[in-house]
Amino acid sequence: MPAGLFWFLAALSILAALGVVLQRNPVHCLLALVLTLLAIAVLFIGQDAIVVGFLQAIVYAGAVMVLFLFVIWLLNLPVESGPTGHLALKLFGTLAVAALLAELAVFLVPSRLQLKFSSAHAAGYGSIDALSQTLFSEYLIAFEVTSVLLLVAVIGAVALARRTTQAELQERKEASARVEKAA
Amino acid sequence: METLINNLIASGLFGAKPSFDVVAAIVEFVAGAVVFLVVAMPFAGVVTWLERRVWARIQSRVGPNRVGPQGFLQWLADGLKNICKEDLIPAEADAPLFKLAPYLVMLAFILPWSVMPFSSSLILADLNVGVLFFTSVTALTVVGVLMAGWASNDKWSLIGGIRSAAQIVSYEIPAGLSIFPVVLMTGTLSMQGIIQAQGWAPQHWFVFANPFTFIAANVLFVSALAEGNRTPFDLPEAESELVAGFATEYSGMRYTFFFMAEWGNLFLIGALMTTLFLGGWRFPHVSDNVVVMNILELITFNVKVLAVVFVSMWIRGTLPRVRIDQLMTLCWKYLVPISFADMIGTAVWVAIWPDGNAFMGYLMFAGGLAVLAVFVRRVVYYVRRSRMELYFRPGI
Repeated sequence: MPAGLFWFLAALSILAALGVVLQRNPVHCLLALVLTLLAIAVLFIGQDAIVVGFLQAIVYAGAVMVLFLFVIWLLNLPVESGPTGHLALKLFGTLAVAALLAELAVFLVPSRLQLKFSSAHAAGYGSIDALSQTLFSEYLIAFEVTSVLLLVAVIGAVALARRTTQAELQERKEASARVEKAA
Repeated sequence: METLINNLIASGLFGAKPSFDVVAAIVEFVAGAVVFLVVAMPFAGVVTWLERRVWARIQSRVGPNRVGPQGFLQWLADGLKNICKEDLIPAEADAPLFKLAPYLVMLAFILPWSVMPFSSSLILADLNVGVLFFTSVTALTVVGVLMAGWASNDKWSLIGGIRSAAQIVSYEIPAGLSIFPVVLMTGTLSMQGIIQAQGWAPQHWFVFANPFTFIAANVLFVSALAEGNRTPFDLPEAESELVAGFATEYSGMRYTFFFMAEWGNLFLIGALMTTLFLGGWRFPHVSDNVVVMNILELITFNVKVLAVVFVSMWIRGTLPRVRIDQLMTLCWKYLVPISFADMIGTAVWVAIWPDGNAFMGYLMFAGGLAVLAVFVRRVVYYVRRSRMELYFRPGI
């Protein structure tokens, strides 16, 4: 990946990420998040992780963001007027962010950070073949456990959505009894 | 050209080398612009005219026939009219997003053309994840449509946007799943690789390869129609309930952008069907001249695509709009389980017959011909009972 392209995408994703945090309107924040995710997807592709990049675009920018937008609309979130909350909370938040920044600064000191734009990967690295080989041999158990986890989440969501109260059950019984009596 | 572009992909934007050949990049941009301006945009325009004529015939009307021969230039007249119209932006709208949304929809329509396999050499970029690229960039349409629906700050637009998002996100799943049988059989995601795994003869097309791929082809077609907001799934812009859905507040060229993308999308639907299931550009080897072969392949590809486009026009002219619950039922209760079963069925089939089953190909092709014969018989029956002058005087 050309260095210029990398710097452009890096700057774009950071700017968009700032947009997520700094904007007042929740929908604008969300669209900035879509931009961040797309920029990161192109960064993935530039690092030869082509499949991961496209999956990022299709799953996160395409589907997950739409669900987020649905939630924002359904909750009818208002435009934020400014930071709210207790003074102690703000103070604690500031301290925590400062600590995180300090940590990152130590980690990212230029002497430790080595930017490499020319990747020296084996042929076929990041291709769909290589990804599937790794996923279904080396990380098979992790893969299966993750899919079971997702299945549990799906079943849980269905169970929550279909939960009926005792009163509703009683009502249904009475209704069916009425229908039978009428017949 | 193919080698040039392969070199371009190998050494260019996504390559491992930091070097960047400026001339090659310019060639690629120019080629992309030519494909877009000469093929994509006029196609979207001509399809609007063709579709109006085809519906008119289906509904025993005449249709637009005043501008140019057979009304052929109607689309140019409509385009000129829309360019001249005022570009209204509602006072209460979120102006930047309102302005941006049509371009995003347009972008999601343009990008798939870069992996469109017109012939064995005419392809801008034969990515090794071509099909994945195709589906992931068309999925971005939803962002533009939602943005349009929300930024208009209008109830019709918002309802249209929400419906569209629910529809596109739901139907992406059966559409994606019904691509997998083909990927299982070829072991590649490259558009050219999938086409090269099929033969020119119909019994070697993937649609007739086994019963599961036949069902997958139909599921993909239905899902693609739903993703493209085509009647009977045009709930996001249902005229009778939502005025024009997410595009209600748009006027002039921005409105045209939405509908150019929608009609141009028909070509994308046809191209995806043709590539995956209908043999793509495959043509028998009749000449050693590469140029002649490429022209024949280009014609083959386009004829197949137009056949699929024509069928989707019949569907639009025939079926009434479904309700939103029917739409969701069709997707989640029928198409998704069917396409999962298809995937497993194809996997078993490939495990038993790794090289395909030639007898099944012939049998399914014969079955397809039988269905076609019944269909033609019905068409003849109805044509005899319709307003004959419309069919036998095409000059009206």
